[in-house]
Amino acid sequence: MSAAERTIEVRALTKTFGLNPVLRGLDLDVPRGEFLTLLGPNGSGKTTLLRILGALARPTSGTVRIGGWELPDEAEFVRAQLGVVSHLPLLYDTLTAEENLLFFARMYNLPREARRERVDTVLRRVGLARRARDVVATYSRGMQQRLAIARAILHDPAVLLLDEPYTGLDQDAAALLDELLREVAIGGRTVIMTTHDLRRGHALADRIAILSRGKIAFDAPCRDVNPDALPALYADTTGAATTR
Amino acid sequence: MSANPEPTTHAVSAAEGAIARPARRAGRRHRPLTPFWRAVGAVAWKDLRAEMRSRELINSMVLFTFMTVMVFSLALELDKEARQTTVAGVLWVTIVFAGLIGLGRSLAAEKDRGSLDALLLTPIDRSALFFGKMIGNLLFVLVIALVLLALLTVLFNVTLLKPLLIVVMVLGTVGFTTAGTLLSSMSVHARAREAMLPIILMPVVLPVLISAVRASVAILEGLPRDDWFPWIQLLVVADAIFLAAGYGLFDYVVEE
Repeated sequence: MSAAERTIEVRALTKTFGLNPVLRGLDLDVPRGEFLTLLGPNGSGKTTLLRILGALARPTSGTVRIGGWELPDEAEFVRAQLGVVSHLPLLYDTLTAEENLLFFARMYNLPREARRERVDTVLRRVGLARRARDVVATYSRGMQQRLAIARAILHDPAVLLLDEPYTGLDQDAAALLDELLREVAIGGRTVIMTTHDLRRGHALADRIAILSRGKIAFDAPCRDVNPDALPALYADTTGAATTR
Repeated sequence: MSANPEPTTHAVSAAEGAIARPARRAGRRHRPLTPFWRAVGAVAWKDLRAEMRSRELINSMVLFTFMTVMVFSLALELDKEARQTTVAGVLWVTIVFAGLIGLGRSLAAEKDRGSLDALLLTPIDRSALFFGKMIGNLLFVLVIALVLLALLTVLFNVTLLKPLLIVVMVLGTVGFTTAGTLLSSMSVHARAREAMLPIILMPVVLPVLISAVRASVAILEGLPRDDWFPWIQLLVVADAIFLAAGYGLFDYVVEE
Protein backbone atom coordinates (compact mmCIF):
# COMPACT_ATOMS: atom_id res chain seq x y z
CA MET A 1 0.00 0.00 0.00
CA SER A 2 1.52 3.37 -1.00
CA ALA A 3 1.70 6.29 1.42
CA ALA A 4 -0.86 8.21 -0.64
CA GLU A 5 -3.39 5.41 -0.25
CA ARG A 6 -3.09 5.28 3.53
CA THR A 7 -5.46 7.62 5.34
CA ILE A 8 -4.45 6.33 8.76
CA GLU A 9 -0.93 5.22 9.40
CA VAL A 10 0.19 4.07 12.84
CA ARG A 11 3.73 2.88 13.54
CA ALA A 12 5.18 1.31 16.71
CA LEU A 13 2.56 3.08 18.84
CA THR A 14 2.88 2.73 22.58
CA LYS A 15 0.84 4.30 25.35
CA THR A 16 1.56 3.85 29.03
CA PHE A 17 -0.54 5.07 31.94
CA GLY A 18 1.85 5.23 34.89
CA LEU A 19 3.53 1.83 34.88
CA ASN A 20 0.69 0.19 32.98
CA PRO A 21 1.36 -0.27 29.24
CA VAL A 22 -1.91 -0.23 27.28
CA LEU A 23 -0.60 -0.12 23.70
CA ARG A 24 2.61 -2.02 22.97
CA GLY A 25 4.15 -1.17 19.63
CA LEU A 26 0.94 -1.20 17.58
CA ASP A 27 1.14 -0.93 13.76
CA LEU A 28 -1.94 -0.19 11.68
CA ASP A 29 -2.70 1.05 8.17
CA VAL A 30 -6.19 1.97 7.03
CA PRO A 31 -6.55 2.89 3.35
CA ARG A 32 -8.81 5.66 2.17
CA GLY A 33 -12.49 4.71 2.17
CA GLU A 34 -12.05 1.48 4.15
CA PHE A 35 -14.27 0.48 7.08
CA LEU A 36 -12.23 -1.26 9.75
CA THR A 37 -13.91 -2.95 12.69
CA LEU A 38 -11.66 -3.23 15.71
CA LEU A 39 -12.61 -5.96 18.16
CA GLY A 40 -11.04 -6.78 21.48
CA PRO A 41 -11.80 -7.46 25.12
CA ASN A 42 -12.15 -4.69 27.71
CA GLY A 43 -8.76 -3.22 28.51
CA SER A 44 -7.19 -4.32 25.24
CA GLY A 45 -6.55 -0.68 24.24
CA LYS A 46 -9.33 -0.02 21.70
CA THR A 47 -10.58 3.18 23.28
CA THR A 48 -7.05 4.38 24.02
CA LEU A 49 -6.16 3.88 20.35
CA LEU A 50 -9.21 5.88 19.24
CA ARG A 51 -8.42 8.63 21.77
CA ILE A 52 -4.91 8.91 20.35
CA LEU A 53 -6.26 8.98 16.79
CA GLY A 54 -8.69 11.72 17.91
CA ALA A 55 -5.81 13.74 19.40
CA LEU A 56 -7.42 13.44 22.82
CA ALA A 57 -4.44 11.56 24.24
CA ARG A 58 -0.73 11.87 23.52
CA PRO A 59 1.14 8.70 22.50
CA THR A 60 4.04 7.65 24.70
CA SER A 61 6.05 6.76 21.58
CA GLY A 62 5.51 5.90 17.93
CA THR A 63 4.09 7.84 15.02
CA VAL A 64 0.51 8.50 13.96
CA ARG A 65 -0.45 10.13 10.66
CA ILE A 66 -3.98 10.86 9.53
CA GLY A 67 -4.54 12.17 6.02
CA GLY A 68 -0.86 13.12 5.89
CA TRP A 69 -0.98 15.19 9.09
CA GLU A 70 1.13 14.01 11.98
CA LEU A 71 0.01 13.75 15.59
CA PRO A 72 0.43 15.42 18.00
CA ASP A 73 2.21 18.30 16.20
CA GLU A 74 -0.55 18.93 13.65
CA ALA A 75 -3.47 18.01 15.86
CA GLU A 76 -5.74 20.87 14.74
CA PHE A 77 -5.51 19.72 11.13
CA VAL A 78 -6.18 16.13 12.12
CA ARG A 79 -9.17 17.12 14.24
CA ALA A 80 -10.69 19.04 11.31
CA GLN A 81 -10.84 15.76 9.36
CA LEU A 82 -12.36 13.66 12.14
CA GLY A 83 -15.90 12.87 13.14
CA VAL A 84 -16.39 10.91 16.32
CA VAL A 85 -19.40 8.94 17.57
CA SER A 86 -18.94 7.50 21.02
CA HIS A 87 -21.11 5.51 23.42
CA LEU A 88 -21.78 8.91 25.03
CA PRO A 89 -23.68 11.34 22.79
CA LEU A 90 -21.20 14.20 23.49
CA LEU A 91 -24.04 16.73 23.36
CA TYR A 92 -25.49 19.44 25.61
CA ASP A 93 -28.76 18.19 26.99
CA THR A 94 -30.02 21.65 28.02
CA LEU A 95 -29.68 22.93 24.44
CA THR A 96 -31.95 22.00 21.54
CA ALA A 97 -30.68 19.77 18.73
CA GLU A 98 -30.46 22.81 16.48
CA GLU A 99 -28.54 24.85 19.07
CA ASN A 100 -26.13 21.96 19.62
CA LEU A 101 -25.39 21.65 15.91
CA LEU A 102 -25.13 25.42 15.36
CA PHE A 103 -22.63 25.57 18.21
CA PHE A 104 -20.50 22.80 16.70
CA ALA A 105 -20.84 24.38 13.25
CA ARG A 106 -19.19 27.51 14.68
CA MET A 107 -16.51 25.42 16.38
CA TYR A 108 -15.75 23.71 13.04
CA ASN A 109 -15.63 27.10 11.33
CA LEU A 110 -18.43 26.47 8.86
CA PRO A 111 -19.17 29.74 7.05
CA ARG A 112 -21.91 31.73 8.75
CA GLU A 113 -24.18 31.78 5.65
CA ALA A 114 -23.97 27.97 5.23
CA ARG A 115 -24.36 26.94 8.88
CA ARG A 116 -28.12 26.84 9.17
CA GLU A 117 -28.57 25.10 5.83
CA ARG A 118 -25.99 22.49 6.76
CA VAL A 119 -27.60 21.94 10.17
CA ASP A 120 -31.03 21.51 8.55
CA THR A 121 -29.54 19.08 6.02
CA VAL A 122 -27.92 16.78 8.58
CA LEU A 123 -30.97 16.90 10.86
CA ARG A 124 -33.13 15.78 7.94
CA ARG A 125 -30.68 13.02 7.08
CA VAL A 126 -30.81 11.55 10.57
CA GLY A 127 -34.59 11.97 10.76
CA LEU A 128 -34.67 14.58 13.51
CA ALA A 129 -35.84 17.64 11.58
CA ARG A 130 -39.23 17.64 13.36
CA ARG A 131 -37.59 17.59 16.79
CA ALA A 132 -34.89 20.14 15.93
CA ARG A 133 -36.17 22.69 18.44
CA ASP A 134 -36.63 20.25 21.30
CA VAL A 135 -34.16 20.17 24.15
CA VAL A 136 -31.85 17.13 23.87
CA ALA A 137 -32.73 16.05 27.42
CA THR A 138 -36.18 15.09 26.08
CA TYR A 139 -34.68 12.73 23.47
CA SER A 140 -34.54 8.96 23.85
CA ARG A 141 -31.10 7.30 23.88
CA GLY A 142 -31.54 6.24 20.26
CA MET A 143 -32.47 9.77 19.17
CA GLN A 144 -29.47 11.17 21.01
CA GLN A 145 -27.24 8.74 19.15
CA ARG A 146 -28.78 9.81 15.84
CA LEU A 147 -28.06 13.42 16.77
CA ALA A 148 -24.51 12.37 17.68
CA ILE A 149 -24.13 11.07 14.11
CA ALA A 150 -25.43 14.40 12.80
CA ARG A 151 -22.82 16.18 14.93
CA ALA A 152 -20.08 13.85 13.72
CA ILE A 153 -20.81 14.40 10.00
CA LEU A 154 -21.69 18.10 10.29
CA HIS A 155 -18.30 19.24 8.92
CA ASP A 156 -18.09 16.42 6.36
CA PRO A 157 -15.06 14.70 7.89
CA ALA A 158 -12.86 12.36 5.87
CA VAL A 159 -12.44 9.97 8.79
CA LEU A 160 -15.06 8.64 11.21
CA LEU A 161 -14.14 7.09 14.55
CA LEU A 162 -16.95 5.07 16.12
CA ASP A 163 -16.25 4.03 19.70
CA GLU A 164 -18.77 1.36 20.71
CA PRO A 165 -21.68 3.34 19.23
CA TYR A 166 -24.26 0.62 20.01
CA THR A 167 -23.75 0.69 23.78
CA GLY A 168 -27.04 1.28 25.59
CA LEU A 169 -29.23 0.96 22.50
CA ASP A 170 -32.14 -1.48 22.29
CA GLN A 171 -32.56 -3.80 19.26
CA ASP A 172 -34.65 -1.36 17.24
CA ALA A 173 -32.43 1.62 17.95
CA ALA A 174 -29.33 -0.44 17.10
CA ALA A 175 -30.89 -1.52 13.78
CA LEU A 176 -31.76 2.09 13.00
CA LEU A 177 -28.20 3.13 13.85
CA ASP A 178 -26.91 0.44 11.45
CA GLU A 179 -29.07 1.88 8.71
CA LEU A 180 -27.93 5.43 9.42
CA LEU A 181 -24.28 4.45 9.50
CA ARG A 182 -24.64 2.72 6.13
CA GLU A 183 -26.72 5.40 4.42
CA VAL A 184 -25.55 8.64 5.98
CA ALA A 185 -22.30 8.37 7.85
CA ILE A 186 -20.03 5.96 6.02
CA GLY A 187 -20.42 7.19 2.40
CA GLY A 188 -16.83 6.96 1.15
CA ARG A 189 -15.25 7.89 4.45
CA THR A 190 -12.49 6.01 6.18
CA VAL A 191 -14.05 4.47 9.29
CA ILE A 192 -12.68 2.74 12.36
CA MET A 193 -15.31 1.25 14.67
CA THR A 194 -14.72 -0.50 17.97
CA THR A 195 -17.47 -2.81 19.16
CA HIS A 196 -18.18 -5.92 21.20
CA ASP A 197 -20.90 -6.91 18.74
CA LEU A 198 -18.97 -9.34 16.50
CA ARG A 199 -21.74 -10.02 14.01
CA ARG A 200 -22.64 -6.36 13.51
CA GLY A 201 -18.98 -5.38 13.27
CA HIS A 202 -18.43 -8.01 10.58
CA ALA A 203 -21.55 -7.03 8.63
CA LEU A 204 -20.62 -3.35 8.35
CA ALA A 205 -16.88 -3.58 7.78
CA ASP A 206 -14.48 -4.20 4.90
CA ARG A 207 -11.80 -5.46 7.25
CA ILE A 208 -11.70 -6.82 10.75
CA ALA A 209 -8.90 -6.62 13.30
CA ILE A 210 -8.67 -7.99 16.81
CA LEU A 211 -6.73 -6.06 19.40
CA SER A 212 -5.34 -7.96 22.32
CA ARG A 213 -2.96 -6.79 25.03
CA GLY A 214 -2.13 -3.61 23.16
CA LYS A 215 -1.30 -5.15 19.78
CA ILE A 216 -3.14 -6.19 16.63
CA ALA A 217 -3.41 -9.95 17.10
CA PHE A 218 -5.55 -10.64 14.02
CA ASP A 219 -6.16 -8.64 10.86
CA ALA A 220 -8.01 -9.82 7.73
CA PRO A 221 -10.52 -8.68 5.12
CA CYS A 222 -14.09 -9.50 6.13
CA ARG A 223 -14.59 -11.57 2.96
CA ASP A 224 -11.94 -13.99 4.32
CA VAL A 225 -13.65 -14.34 7.70
CA ASN A 226 -16.73 -16.50 8.11
CA PRO A 227 -19.10 -14.60 10.41
CA ASP A 228 -20.25 -17.85 12.02
CA ALA A 229 -16.67 -18.74 12.88
CA LEU A 230 -15.87 -15.26 14.20
CA PRO A 231 -16.76 -15.91 17.87
CA ALA A 232 -14.43 -18.92 17.98
CA LEU A 233 -11.72 -16.99 16.15
CA TYR A 234 -12.15 -14.09 18.58
CA ALA A 235 -11.94 -16.39 21.61
CA ASP A 236 -8.87 -18.15 20.21
CA THR A 237 -7.11 -14.91 19.39
CA THR A 238 -7.76 -13.08 22.62
CA GLY A 239 -7.38 -16.24 24.70
CA ALA A 240 -4.07 -17.10 23.03
CA ALA A 241 -2.83 -13.61 23.69
CA THR A 242 -3.90 -13.56 27.31
CA THR A 243 -2.19 -16.84 28.12
CA ARG A 244 0.99 -15.87 26.35
CA MET B 1 -20.68 13.99 0.03
CA SER B 2 -16.99 13.97 -0.58
CA ALA B 3 -14.35 12.82 1.81
CA ASN B 4 -10.89 14.07 1.10
CA PRO B 5 -8.08 12.83 3.28
CA GLU B 6 -5.32 14.84 1.60
CA PRO B 7 -3.54 17.50 3.67
CA THR B 8 -4.66 20.32 1.40
CA THR B 9 -7.58 22.70 1.23
CA HIS B 10 -10.83 20.82 0.82
CA ALA B 11 -14.36 22.02 0.42
CA VAL B 12 -17.83 20.59 0.43
CA SER B 13 -20.29 21.65 -2.24
CA ALA B 14 -22.30 24.76 -1.49
CA ALA B 15 -25.52 22.77 -1.48
CA GLU B 16 -24.27 20.74 1.46
CA GLY B 17 -22.75 23.71 3.23
CA ALA B 18 -19.41 24.92 1.99
CA ILE B 19 -16.53 24.28 4.32
CA ALA B 20 -13.44 26.06 3.07
CA ARG B 21 -10.41 24.85 4.93
CA PRO B 22 -7.11 26.71 4.87
CA ALA B 23 -4.14 24.63 3.84
CA ARG B 24 -1.04 24.21 5.97
CA ARG B 25 1.36 27.11 5.67
CA ALA B 26 5.09 26.70 6.21
CA GLY B 27 6.15 28.08 9.56
CA ARG B 28 2.59 28.21 10.95
CA ARG B 29 2.15 24.59 11.87
CA HIS B 30 0.11 25.27 14.99
CA ARG B 31 -2.33 27.77 13.48
CA PRO B 32 -5.83 26.60 14.43
CA LEU B 33 -8.43 26.17 11.74
CA THR B 34 -11.19 27.99 13.59
CA PRO B 35 -10.34 31.63 14.34
CA PHE B 36 -9.39 32.11 17.98
CA TRP B 37 -12.00 34.68 18.96
CA ARG B 38 -14.78 32.91 17.05
CA ALA B 39 -14.11 29.82 19.15
CA VAL B 40 -13.95 31.89 22.36
CA GLY B 41 -17.28 33.52 21.52
CA ALA B 42 -18.90 30.21 20.61
CA VAL B 43 -17.89 28.54 23.90
CA ALA B 44 -18.95 31.51 26.04
CA TRP B 45 -22.27 31.81 24.13
CA LYS B 46 -22.94 28.10 24.57
CA ASP B 47 -22.28 28.27 28.34
CA LEU B 48 -24.56 31.29 28.75
CA ARG B 49 -27.30 29.76 26.62
CA ALA B 50 -27.18 26.46 28.51
CA GLU B 51 -27.19 28.27 31.87
CA MET B 52 -30.07 30.57 30.88
CA ARG B 53 -32.10 27.47 30.13
CA SER B 54 -31.20 25.32 33.14
CA ARG B 55 -30.33 28.06 35.69
CA GLU B 56 -28.63 25.40 37.80
CA LEU B 57 -25.52 27.39 38.67
CA ILE B 58 -26.85 30.89 38.86
CA ASN B 59 -29.73 29.87 41.17
CA SER B 60 -27.33 28.09 43.55
CA MET B 61 -24.91 31.00 43.49
CA VAL B 62 -27.59 33.64 44.09
CA LEU B 63 -29.15 31.60 46.90
CA PHE B 64 -25.76 31.13 48.55
CA THR B 65 -25.04 34.86 48.21
CA PHE B 66 -28.37 35.83 49.72
CA MET B 67 -27.97 33.44 52.68
CA THR B 68 -24.39 34.53 53.39
CA VAL B 69 -25.17 38.24 53.37
CA MET B 70 -28.23 37.67 55.56
CA VAL B 71 -26.16 35.76 58.12
CA PHE B 72 -23.47 38.46 58.18
CA SER B 73 -26.02 41.26 58.50
CA LEU B 74 -27.76 39.52 61.41
CA ALA B 75 -24.53 38.53 63.16
CA LEU B 76 -22.64 41.83 62.93
CA GLU B 77 -23.93 44.81 64.88
CA LEU B 78 -21.63 47.53 63.58
CA ASP B 79 -21.31 51.27 63.80
CA LYS B 80 -20.95 53.28 60.59
CA GLU B 81 -17.12 53.30 60.54
CA ALA B 82 -16.79 49.58 61.23
CA ARG B 83 -19.30 48.82 58.50
CA GLN B 84 -17.10 50.50 55.84
CA THR B 85 -14.25 48.13 56.71
CA THR B 86 -16.27 45.00 57.28
CA VAL B 87 -18.41 45.23 54.18
CA ALA B 88 -15.34 44.83 51.93
CA GLY B 89 -14.54 41.54 53.68
CA VAL B 90 -18.14 40.32 53.40
CA LEU B 91 -18.14 41.30 49.73
CA TRP B 92 -15.03 39.29 48.82
CA VAL B 93 -15.73 36.27 51.05
CA THR B 94 -19.13 35.93 49.38
CA ILE B 95 -17.78 36.43 45.85
CA VAL B 96 -15.10 33.78 46.42
CA PHE B 97 -17.34 31.09 47.89
CA ALA B 98 -20.27 31.72 45.55
CA GLY B 99 -17.80 31.76 42.67
CA LEU B 100 -16.37 28.41 43.76
CA ILE B 101 -19.80 26.83 43.22
CA GLY B 102 -19.76 27.96 39.58
CA LEU B 103 -16.10 27.21 38.92
CA GLY B 104 -16.40 23.71 40.36
CA ARG B 105 -19.30 22.79 38.08
CA SER B 106 -18.24 24.54 34.89
CA LEU B 107 -15.76 21.97 33.58
CA ALA B 108 -16.93 19.10 35.79
CA ALA B 109 -20.33 19.10 34.04
CA GLU B 110 -18.59 18.98 30.64
CA LYS B 111 -16.45 16.09 31.81
CA ASP B 112 -19.39 14.14 33.30
CA ARG B 113 -21.54 14.20 30.17
CA GLY B 114 -18.55 13.67 27.83
CA SER B 115 -19.00 16.97 26.06
CA LEU B 116 -15.48 18.02 27.09
CA ASP B 117 -14.22 15.44 24.59
CA ALA B 118 -16.50 16.89 21.91
CA LEU B 119 -14.99 20.33 22.56
CA LEU B 120 -11.45 18.97 22.52
CA LEU B 121 -12.15 17.21 19.20
CA THR B 122 -12.88 20.48 17.41
CA PRO B 123 -10.09 22.14 15.40
CA ILE B 124 -9.60 25.08 17.72
CA ASP B 125 -6.66 26.41 19.64
CA ARG B 126 -7.33 24.91 23.06
CA SER B 127 -6.51 28.15 24.80
CA ALA B 128 -9.63 29.52 23.02
CA LEU B 129 -11.59 26.91 24.96
CA PHE B 130 -9.96 28.18 28.16
CA PHE B 131 -10.87 31.80 27.42
CA GLY B 132 -14.42 30.84 26.41
CA LYS B 133 -14.98 28.96 29.68
CA MET B 134 -13.28 31.75 31.65
CA ILE B 135 -15.51 34.44 30.12
CA GLY B 136 -18.61 32.36 30.89
CA ASN B 137 -17.48 31.93 34.51
CA LEU B 138 -16.56 35.60 34.76
CA LEU B 139 -20.04 36.68 33.65
CA PHE B 140 -21.68 34.40 36.25
CA VAL B 141 -19.45 35.80 39.02
CA LEU B 142 -20.09 39.37 37.88
CA VAL B 143 -23.84 38.74 38.08
CA ILE B 144 -23.28 37.59 41.66
CA ALA B 145 -21.18 40.67 42.35
CA LEU B 146 -24.02 42.90 41.11
CA VAL B 147 -26.53 41.09 43.32
CA LEU B 148 -24.10 41.50 46.21
CA LEU B 149 -23.73 45.22 45.64
CA ALA B 150 -27.48 45.66 45.87
CA LEU B 151 -27.84 43.41 48.94
CA LEU B 152 -24.94 44.96 50.85
CA THR B 153 -26.13 48.48 50.07
CA VAL B 154 -29.54 47.69 51.50
CA LEU B 155 -28.56 45.51 54.47
CA PHE B 156 -25.39 47.34 55.58
CA ASN B 157 -26.49 50.82 54.56
CA VAL B 158 -23.18 51.52 52.82
CA THR B 159 -22.88 53.17 49.41
CA LEU B 160 -21.03 50.70 47.20
CA LEU B 161 -21.78 52.15 43.80
CA LYS B 162 -18.39 53.84 43.42
CA PRO B 163 -16.65 53.62 40.03
CA LEU B 164 -13.29 52.72 41.59
CA LEU B 165 -14.84 49.94 43.64
CA ILE B 166 -16.45 48.55 40.47
CA VAL B 167 -13.01 48.58 38.80
CA VAL B 168 -11.53 46.66 41.75
CA MET B 169 -14.40 44.16 41.65
CA VAL B 170 -13.90 43.53 37.93
CA LEU B 171 -10.12 43.16 38.27
CA GLY B 172 -10.49 40.89 41.29
CA THR B 173 -13.09 38.66 39.67
CA VAL B 174 -11.02 38.42 36.47
CA GLY B 175 -8.03 37.14 38.49
CA PHE B 176 -10.17 34.82 40.58
CA THR B 177 -12.07 33.28 37.66
CA THR B 178 -8.96 32.99 35.46
CA ALA B 179 -7.04 31.07 38.11
CA GLY B 180 -10.21 29.15 39.02
CA THR B 181 -10.92 28.06 35.45
CA LEU B 182 -7.36 26.82 34.97
CA LEU B 183 -7.24 24.98 38.29
CA SER B 184 -10.71 23.49 37.84
CA SER B 185 -9.48 21.99 34.55
CA MET B 186 -6.66 20.38 36.57
CA SER B 187 -8.94 19.07 39.30
CA VAL B 188 -11.65 17.86 36.90
CA HIS B 189 -10.02 14.43 36.54
CA ALA B 190 -9.62 13.96 40.31
CA ARG B 191 -12.00 11.78 42.28
CA ALA B 192 -12.61 14.32 45.07
CA ARG B 193 -12.60 17.30 42.71
CA GLU B 194 -15.28 19.27 44.60
CA ALA B 195 -13.07 19.28 47.70
CA MET B 196 -9.82 19.67 45.82
CA LEU B 197 -10.61 22.87 43.91
CA PRO B 198 -10.86 25.18 46.96
CA ILE B 199 -7.73 23.60 48.45
CA ILE B 200 -5.58 24.27 45.39
CA LEU B 201 -7.26 27.53 44.38
CA MET B 202 -7.12 29.48 47.65
CA PRO B 203 -3.31 29.70 48.00
CA VAL B 204 -3.00 30.65 44.33
CA VAL B 205 -5.55 33.48 44.43
CA LEU B 206 -4.40 34.84 47.80
CA PRO B 207 -2.50 37.78 46.19
CA VAL B 208 -5.66 38.69 44.26
CA LEU B 209 -7.86 38.48 47.34
CA ILE B 210 -5.50 40.47 49.58
CA SER B 211 -5.14 43.17 46.91
CA ALA B 212 -8.87 43.30 46.23
CA VAL B 213 -9.82 43.51 49.93
CA ARG B 214 -7.19 46.14 50.76
CA ALA B 215 -8.09 48.25 47.74
CA SER B 216 -11.83 47.94 48.51
CA VAL B 217 -11.36 48.99 52.14
CA ALA B 218 -9.23 51.99 51.14
CA ILE B 219 -11.77 53.09 48.53
CA LEU B 220 -14.76 52.68 50.85
CA GLU B 221 -13.00 54.64 53.62
CA GLY B 222 -12.20 57.41 51.15
CA LEU B 223 -8.42 57.16 51.70
CA PRO B 224 -5.97 58.96 49.37
CA ARG B 225 -4.77 57.49 46.05
CA ASP B 226 -1.50 56.15 47.53
CA ASP B 227 -3.49 53.80 49.76
CA TRP B 228 -5.39 51.99 47.02
CA PHE B 229 -3.47 52.49 43.79
CA PRO B 230 -0.59 50.03 44.55
CA TRP B 231 -3.17 47.33 45.28
CA ILE B 232 -4.87 47.95 41.94
CA GLN B 233 -1.48 47.72 40.23
CA LEU B 234 -0.88 44.40 41.98
CA LEU B 235 -4.31 43.18 40.81
CA VAL B 236 -3.47 44.08 37.21
CA VAL B 237 -0.15 42.21 37.43
CA ALA B 238 -1.79 39.13 39.00
CA ASP B 239 -4.51 39.13 36.33
CA ALA B 240 -1.88 39.33 33.57
CA ILE B 241 0.09 36.43 35.08
CA PHE B 242 -3.01 34.22 35.43
CA LEU B 243 -4.21 35.02 31.90
CA ALA B 244 -0.77 34.19 30.49
CA ALA B 245 -0.64 30.96 32.52
CA GLY B 246 -4.08 29.93 31.27
CA TYR B 247 -3.15 30.69 27.68
CA GLY B 248 0.10 28.73 27.89
CA LEU B 249 -0.86 25.80 30.11
CA PHE B 250 -4.45 24.84 29.31
CA ASP B 251 -3.53 22.66 26.33
CA TYR B 252 -1.24 20.53 28.49
CA VAL B 253 -3.69 20.39 31.38
CA VAL B 254 -6.61 18.98 29.39
CA GLU B 255 -4.66 16.44 27.33
CA GLU B 256 -4.12 12.95 28.69
